Amino acid sequence: MKKITLTTLFTIPLVICAGGAIAQEELNALVWCDHTDPGFVEPFEQANNVKVNLKDYEGTGTALSLIEQSQPGDWDVFVVDGIDVPRVVEAGLLAPLPEDALPTADLFPEIVMPENHVIDGKTYAITEKFGYNTISYNSNTVDAADVADISVMWNEKYKDRIAIYDYYLPVMGLVAMSLGIDTADIQESDLPAMRDRLFEMKDVSRQVGEVVSSQTAIATGEVDILVGGGEWVTAGLTSELPHLDWVIPEQGAVRWSQSVGVFADSKKPDLALKFVQYILSPEGQARLATSSCYWAMPANSKAADHLTDQQKKALRWDDQAAYLANAQLYPAPDAELDAKMQDVWTEFLQH
Amino acid sequence: MGPASRNATGDSRGWVFVGPAVLWTLAFFVVPFVVMVGYSLWQREGTELVRAWSLANYAGFFDKPHFVEGLVNSLEITALVTVISIVLAYPLAWIIAERVPRRWQRLALLLAILPFWTSYVVRSYAWLLVLSRGGYLNQWLMGAGLIESPLEIAATRIATVTGFVHFFVMLLTLTIYANLVQLSPNYRRAAADLGAGPLRTFWQVILPLTLPGIMVGAFLTFVLCIGDYITPQILGGNNELVLPQIIMLQITRRADFPTAAALSIVLMVVVTLAYIAAARWLRMERV
Repeated sequence: MKKITLTTLFTIPLVICAGGAIAQEELNALVWCDHTDPGFVEPFEQANNVKVNLKDYEGTGTALSLIEQSQPGDWDVFVVDGIDVPRVVEAGLLAPLPEDALPTADLFPEIVMPENHVIDGKTYAITEKFGYNTISYNSNTVDAADVADISVMWNEKYKDRIAIYDYYLPVMGLVAMSLGIDTADIQESDLPAMRDRLFEMKDVSRQVGEVVSSQTAIATGEVDILVGGGEWVTAGLTSELPHLDWVIPEQGAVRWSQSVGVFADSKKPDLALKFVQYILSPEGQARLATSSCYWAMPANSKAADHLTDQQKKALRWDDQAAYLANAQLYPAPDAELDAKMQDVWTEFLQH
Repeated sequence: MGPASRNATGDSRGWVFVGPAVLWTLAFFVVPFVVMVGYSLWQREGTELVRAWSLANYAGFFDKPHFVEGLVNSLEITALVTVISIVLAYPLAWIIAERVPRRWQRLALLLAILPFWTSYVVRSYAWLLVLSRGGYLNQWLMGAGLIESPLEIAATRIATVTGFVHFFVMLLTLTIYANLVQLSPNYRRAAADLGAGPLRTFWQVILPLTLPGIMVGAFLTFVLCIGDYITPQILGGNNELVLPQIIMLQITRRADFPTAAALSIVLMVVVTLAYIAAARWLRMERV
């Protein structure tokens, strides 16, 4: 009797736990780090009694290698760089989304980007967040007139006070713009001039770093200017470090965007679509825009109703029309040009 | 039971004891290594993995100067770190072994290796706080009136070497100390009897006898340092790339596992050559 009692005592909690685990569905999403903020994902989990397993990554290359090492059906939702959507659709990774289930009409028109998301008449992804790779700076130590011109990226006046964000596409896009080349028109023949300009930038820079070290460098005063920065670096810090600012130079800036879609092999396409709908809802968009990992503009214009005035000010909500007009999309090289651009970038790092 | 069957029984018993180690080595070294060699002979073209065997990735290594430069940087930094770590670790190990009373030696060793207990990444970021423009070192130097403007140490090779040396001095101290405490005091007495002073005794007797400890530590330092990318990534500021950083770039930016595998094999060949050279030069079989 004693044995039965003990066994029962140990077994009941296990059964309860197992039962709970069975009752709760799970969704696996491959995302950028802003989606891992509990404040963003928990409302969806609670409302749908679902556990969202989030794996964050940097760079589409990493995501593709993660997918390559996974089994079909392992992943349900995919957040990917907007310019890479055609590439992942071509690889057969995304399923078409029902257009009537998406709030496309509420999105800022410039970032709908049907050329990237609609292929053969089918919509495979939708923009969820966007921002700019431009110039972040310390307004206490840097002259606002200097950062209004893109030449600040190689300005000797700020030698050893400049950090460069270590991502070749946006920074090479800025370099192309400084040379008068549109980001969409970058050719292999432009690479030598871009390499020379990058080397000039390296000569005056202090460091080239990924997100955390770039943010740390400008926040701690190690550098005063961050090339490739933008609202995603400084907007979330404005309450603590109001002297950190960002600007789009006269010559323009590079616009980045992230898109979300549902994996073609997902075993839970309905739940995955529900998660996409939550992300695109005004509430979800406001939470995503102010995620602890980084802030940036929500794609859905109706998110304004769920953001405070201070949040909108930090995101420069009212300036978006002008900014969007003066920004070009990330370069979207084909595989061959992409490999050559990465070689130039590695040379730049090694310079 | 005749001698032949006893030998057979002995052989099979031997295999029972050796078998797990052989299986372990096969599963966790030989098989992954063969897979990596196989991968290095394939190619990544766009998003496709082309499973046709060729040496293109190895040829690519020598075609691209920034790849070769990465290897040169790795070798230079590793050599610098190994030499500086030995120079710092030897006196430390000697003081602990010879000058610290026996009962305090364990505590002294514990204090020497205490930094090992903190996370490697955290330790690297901590060094960044010390070495940065507004960091503790610059604050102290400026406060003491020794410099007028902050030194630029973070995001340089000096920062990378500093981070590495901090780690490897601890490792070398352990291996040299282990060697020093095993030396019989009779060596010194005999040298003194023969008229050698302390300096000559050290140079001609103690140092050669502790070479095995130095070489074991130096080789471990070489292998761990040349394969590391975290310290150069955090402290070096991406201002010069070492080969492991270039390998990581192939994986994270391109998902190009074949090139990454080929570069890893190149790195492994370099480590093997270093081992063979060190073993021949110093007769490592004594170690």
